[in-house]
Order: sequence, then structure tokens, then C-alpha cells
Amino acid sequence: MADPDRNPWRRFLALPNESRTKTLVMAFLVAAVCALMVSGATVLLRPIQAANRAAEEQARIEALVRGIPGMADLLEQSGGTLSTVVIDLDDGRAAQDVTTDTLDTALADTGNWTALDAGADLADLGQRPDYAQIFLLRQGDAISLVLLPMTGQGYGGRIDAILALEGDMNTIAGIAITSHSETPGLGGRIEDPSWQASFPGTEIRDDSGELRFNVARGDASGPYQVDGITGATRTGRGISNMVRFWLGSDGYGPLIRAIERGEF
Amino acid sequence: MPARFDIWTTLTEPLIRQNPVTLQILGICSALAVTTSLATALTMSVSLTVVLTLSAILISLIRRHIPDTIRLIVQIVIVASLVIVIDQVLQAYLSEISRALSIYVGLITTNCLVLGRTEAYARHHAPFPAAVDAFGNGLGYSLIVLVIGGVRELFGRGQLFGWQVLPLTDAGGWFTPLGLMLLAPSAFFLLGGLVWAIRSVQPEQVEAPEHVPPADVRPAE
Repeated sequence: MADPDRNPWRRFLALPNESRTKTLVMAFLVAAVCALMVSGATVLLRPIQAANRAAEEQARIEALVRGIPGMADLLEQSGGTLSTVVIDLDDGRAAQDVTTDTLDTALADTGNWTALDAGADLADLGQRPDYAQIFLLRQGDAISLVLLPMTGQGYGGRIDAILALEGDMNTIAGIAITSHSETPGLGGRIEDPSWQASFPGTEIRDDSGELRFNVARGDASGPYQVDGITGATRTGRGISNMVRFWLGSDGYGPLIRAIERGEF
Repeated sequence: MPARFDIWTTLTEPLIRQNPVTLQILGICSALAVTTSLATALTMSVSLTVVLTLSAILISLIRRHIPDTIRLIVQIVIVASLVIVIDQVLQAYLSEISRALSIYVGLITTNCLVLGRTEAYARHHAPFPAAVDAFGNGLGYSLIVLVIGGVRELFGRGQLFGWQVLPLTDAGGWFTPLGLMLLAPSAFFLLGGLVWAIRSVQPEQVEAPEHVPPADVRPAE
């Protein structure tokens, strides 16, 4: 006595494909199943992805430090570790109430971000966190290396990098790109060690204290430039603007002055 | 639908004779972009084959109930969701390679090959033949991408799968890498060369010329 027509699901399937009800319900069902699949995958895999990213950033910081001549020895002497400090970008001092463990929670609060004016926003970020985690390498009382994480806007999207400055706060010791979405083979070559090799030794400011660093179009000329990448002008400009913004007064400027005054 | 379904023919037909890349010139965008090294080419091939096969099975399962008016949207939504899932899996378990592929995994969605197969085959066939056909086409794509990737990596860097095969002059060997091989144009040359080679062996693939050049181009006086 099983009458298929009493089952609403069968009745629905038996509808002609062209009926409006079936079209709408099919569209909804497909969308719902797909949404479930996509969100399921994202939620389930997120912890693994986050762990991957953290491990990779750590590996890049280590590679950056190891790649700087003489740093491996210095690191040995200082006990093999960099000290990590969360700083308040506004005054350039170590943050009082935020530590490395609470940094993520602090940055989740929009109150801890500063909106940037269009004029000052060289790196095209829109807003900037008030706290940043930096890495220091000390030799006795003096600071011999500072690693400054920075973010900028490239051609394909955000570029995250870590810039290493020597103790004089004016000479670049190296750069590591932690994440980017530039075109592979063109802007993506910012990942290449051969391109990054032109950073060490480059100076940031001239004698009058003016910020001079930029990425050249073509080969570098002068002590303040690094080589450009052919076919990736906008990526190069993105890197220039990123470094110029973060080393300027809205970025790590106050911190750099504080280190120069010997407050760290 | 053919009277009898022959697994072997359906599977091997798209390898050379009906190759989606060299005969139908489908999906060449990614074939150009991801072939700078074998490792990325292999990952891309596997991802595409998986997406293609799964989407063919899914679409074939609901093929009798896809309203004609929204069939392309339904197919694209299914393909796009599968691509996102694959992308997330790659990011989680193969993060190195996922970075090298960057946006091209996402672009599998717009790869004409996937929609082409679901639209032309999976929509009219049972899940099993559809899966075999999709898998065969995935293999055909993989074959071309791997050949091009192998040639580009070998001559561009002197490596295969990142393993130094030809000793570079920098390292005291005799091989000077061809920088051109790592740039996009070389993939065009290689793909063109492959199409030419395959069509010389199988002349029935040659298309009829669309225009006949005029016999005499001198202006009449």
C-alpha cells in the first residue's frame, strides 16, 4: 500500500524539471549542501592551517637571522634565542599591559587599532595596530639586531615581511617575506633569496635623517636603493611604501628613536 | 549515449587522441601558469583530476533533477565548492606547495575543462562512466602539464622535482640555465610544439583552415 505520492520528497522529485518550485528548491538544496561542505572544511582545517603559518613564520625568522653574516655566532653567545618584546607603537616603548600571549586578544579589539589618514597611509593599510611584537638581539647592553614585522599592500594583495635592522638603526641586515600573494614568477620573486640578497647593507636614512630607502626600477644605484624586479613594478613600489611607512613616524619611528636614545 | 560503455576507451581516449589541452585547447591558462616546476605541475594535476572526477560524480548523481534553466549555475556552484575544499586541504597539509600554486588552485573553478566535461558528459551519463571520463580527462591534462613542467624545469633550472640533474655553471658544471624557460612565453612555445607534434602523428586532429589566403595579393592596376 506504499503510495509514492504520499512521500513529499518523492513527490518533489517527480515534479518536471522545468517547474518553478523544483528550480527554486534545487537551487536552494545545492547551495545549502555546498555551503555546508565549504564551511565544514574551513572550520575543521583552520587549526592546522594556523599552526602551519605560525611554524612557517618561526622558520623564516630563524632563516633570516641565520642568513645575516655573523649573526649565528652572536645568537650562540646570547644563549641561542632572540628576546621577544611587545611594543606600543605610539610611544615606542615596551607595552605595559600587553604581552606576547595576550597580543592576539588585544589586536582582536578594534579599540587597539589606529585609523590612518590617506596622506600618511603610504602602505595603503587603512589602519594600523597600536601594538606590535618585535624581536631583539642584545650583545651586552647594546642592541645588535632588531627584527621588525611589517605589512604592506603589493600588486596581488597583502605582503607580510620581517625587516632586520642592525644596531645602528640605519643599516638593513636582511628581509624575510612571510606571506604574499604576488604573481608567481614576477612579483612572487620577492621570495627569492637572490632578490633579498640586495637588502643587506642598504641604508635607510641619509645624513640629514631623511628617509631615502626605495626599491629601484631596474638596478639599484646609490646606497639607499635595492634592485627592482622586472615586470613587477607595483610589487616593488609596494615593498618601498611598506618599508617607508613602517620605518616612518606612524610605524616604528618612535621605537627606532627610543633605541637610539638607548632606552631599550 | 553509446550503446556499450567501454571503460578502457573512455579512459584512454582523452590521453592523446582526444586530449583536452592539445586538441580542444581547454584549460591552457593554468597549463601555462603552474608549469615552472614539476612539483607544482603535479599538485595542480592531482587537484584538477580530483575536482574534475568528484564534480562529475556529483553532477551525474543529480543529473535527472537539474533544472535546465539553472544548470550552469548548479554545476559551477558544485565545482567552486569542491575547489575551495581542495584549496583548504592543500593549505592545511601541503602549505609549501599551496603557496607556490597561490591563486591557480582557485582558478580551477574557471578552468573550461571542468565545466566542459560536466556539461558535455557527466550531465548525460551515469556516475560511473562520468567518473571514468572525468578521470581520463584529468589524466590527459596532467600528462601535458607534466611534460611541459618537466621540460621547463629541466632547461630553466637544470632540475627535476627540485633535484639537480644538469650541473649548473654557477656550481662548476657546464649547464647555463635558460631563463626564458621560467617565463610564461616558453609555455606557449612548448604547448604549440606539442600540439604540432601530436597533429603531425595524428593528422585527423588538424582543423580545417578558417580562411583561405587569396592567391594573388598584388593590387590590381
